[in-house]
Amino acid sequence: MTELNTLTLAEARDKLRSGDVTSVELTESCLKQVEGADALGAFVHKTPDLALEQARAADARIRAGDAPAMCGLPLGIKDLFCTKGVPSQAASRILQGFRPEYESTVTQKLFDAGAVMLGKLNMDEFAMGSSNETSCYGNAVNPWRRAGDSAQLTPGGSSGGSAAAVAADLCLAATGTDTGGSIRQPAAFTGIVGIKPTYGRCSRWGIVAFASSLDQAGPMTKTVRDAAIMLGAMAGHDPKDSTSADLPVPDFEAMLSGDIRGKVIGIPAEYRMDGMPAEIEKLWADGTAMLKDAGAEIRDITLPHTKYALPAYYVIAPAEASSNLARYDGVRYGHRASLGKGDGITEMYEKTRAEGFGHEVQRRVMVGTYVLSAGFYDAYYNRARRVRALIKRDFDQVFAAGVDAILTPATPSAAFGLGEMAEADPVQMYLNDVFTVTVNLAGLPGISVPTGTDASGLPLGLQLIGRPWEEADLLNTAYALEQAAGFVAKPQKWW
Amino acid sequence: MSIDLEKAAKVAKLARIKVEPDALPALAQEFNNILGFIEQLNEVDVEGIEPMTSVTPMRLKRREDVVSDGDQQAKVLANAPYAREGFFAVPKVVE
Repeated sequence: MTELNTLTLAEARDKLRSGDVTSVELTESCLKQVEGADALGAFVHKTPDLALEQARAADARIRAGDAPAMCGLPLGIKDLFCTKGVPSQAASRILQGFRPEYESTVTQKLFDAGAVMLGKLNMDEFAMGSSNETSCYGNAVNPWRRAGDSAQLTPGGSSGGSAAAVAADLCLAATGTDTGGSIRQPAAFTGIVGIKPTYGRCSRWGIVAFASSLDQAGPMTKTVRDAAIMLGAMAGHDPKDSTSADLPVPDFEAMLSGDIRGKVIGIPAEYRMDGMPAEIEKLWADGTAMLKDAGAEIRDITLPHTKYALPAYYVIAPAEASSNLARYDGVRYGHRASLGKGDGITEMYEKTRAEGFGHEVQRRVMVGTYVLSAGFYDAYYNRARRVRALIKRDFDQVFAAGVDAILTPATPSAAFGLGEMAEADPVQMYLNDVFTVTVNLAGLPGISVPTGTDASGLPLGLQLIGRPWEEADLLNTAYALEQAAGFVAKPQKWW
Repeated sequence: MSIDLEKAAKVAKLARIKVEPDALPALAQEFNNILGFIEQLNEVDVEGIEPMTSVTPMRLKRREDVVSDGDQQAKVLANAPYAREGFFAVPKVVE
């Protein structure tokens, strides 16, 4: 019999509804895996008692004939989501000991739909990073290794714990958040599916803010079908988030036909970077051929301002972060530095923030402070926002010309080794997001689908970018790609 | 535009992050690398382009101007590192 923790959401849901398994059995199976997987550094706060209590409640609902989409399905929750009474610290020392008195809208929606929470998942501090190496909990580790090599690899970031946990079958699926690629890059590095929906599709209320105009939550799952099921449960209008869209949420799963005949898929010239590894080049060409074989029309397109997306992002995101993170001052929650004799309130702020924020967070807060400071606001911040408008216009024009979705690589390489980038310039690390960050700047939905492996057997993913609010169509195209690619490889268990 | 030690110290001060003097040279160097990367934006012709304010063309919702929440003092203070007599407590601010 298949181990229950290895089931997809769809399989587990069907078995729950038919009475073949109970949520308690599923949950216990996952909890056992979580217990044995500390070497992955994925779960940083475990909530087994809460999980079993939720599982028993879910079983009662199912018995009563009330089984909504996520009922009884065990999930991991990224530490960025505030969960009532459960530590929620955005992998930062500055939120040490913080137990929210409230529940984020997205986790509340999942719980209302019957989901079970196994615990909180590792991530880069305040979601700032692409390797999960800036976490106060230590690294999350990729369950995948290069063939014949025991070097530890990054699961990507910032949702590295979510990616590792799903790829290693510790949970059936997990929540992630994506500001510049933090769902899609780790999904690609671990051979799973991750979708960042249109900006405004999921409420940001109760999610620790990084860059508010870019942040979006989304599901990280084993299959495209699971992404469709879970996104449906996470999405929807929320009066508590003024940027959340008051639009109906379609039945994403019902629209997975796999039929993409006549759809127009754009291949953007600017994503063919100098020095792109031949493997990524081939992956992209193979994916293009798969969509063509499935009946789509392939069209070469141009997105001329692509090159400027990363520099614009590294003005806008730090600027918003410097503003959002001003709230961590040692007064209302989290860490406060112990003060010396004669220290006043300014010293309290400065010492608290120096002790509480890690290096990368400090650097970004200060860069943000600089680009917003008097005399530089126009030159940096306003210019970046104008470039952002041009990046969005590039996409608008392509969609207006009839393109339904855009196919690109998800990442410039497979997962790299933990510690490998330690000596590199921060800008080198930022290049991980080169294919994903445009999508956040333009507010579009984007999905990463595993479609192949590199020479050492590591998973590689392709990204599909869709029109705003058309996640259903995007998921269907991703479904067709997933069917054609037939990626079924799993990491060998070593942990 | 390059960042010298004095400017790096000023940015740290504005950000309310204590940076020891011996850490300033490395910090200034990192700022310069990142700002050098950002300088590429100067190549873009942005004439006549408005800075983006909202990525989705939507009007922010307004709610009724009524009291909808409150009376949760204990919950508000529950996570404070230091609270007393129903207030957040901080070091003395005025002499």
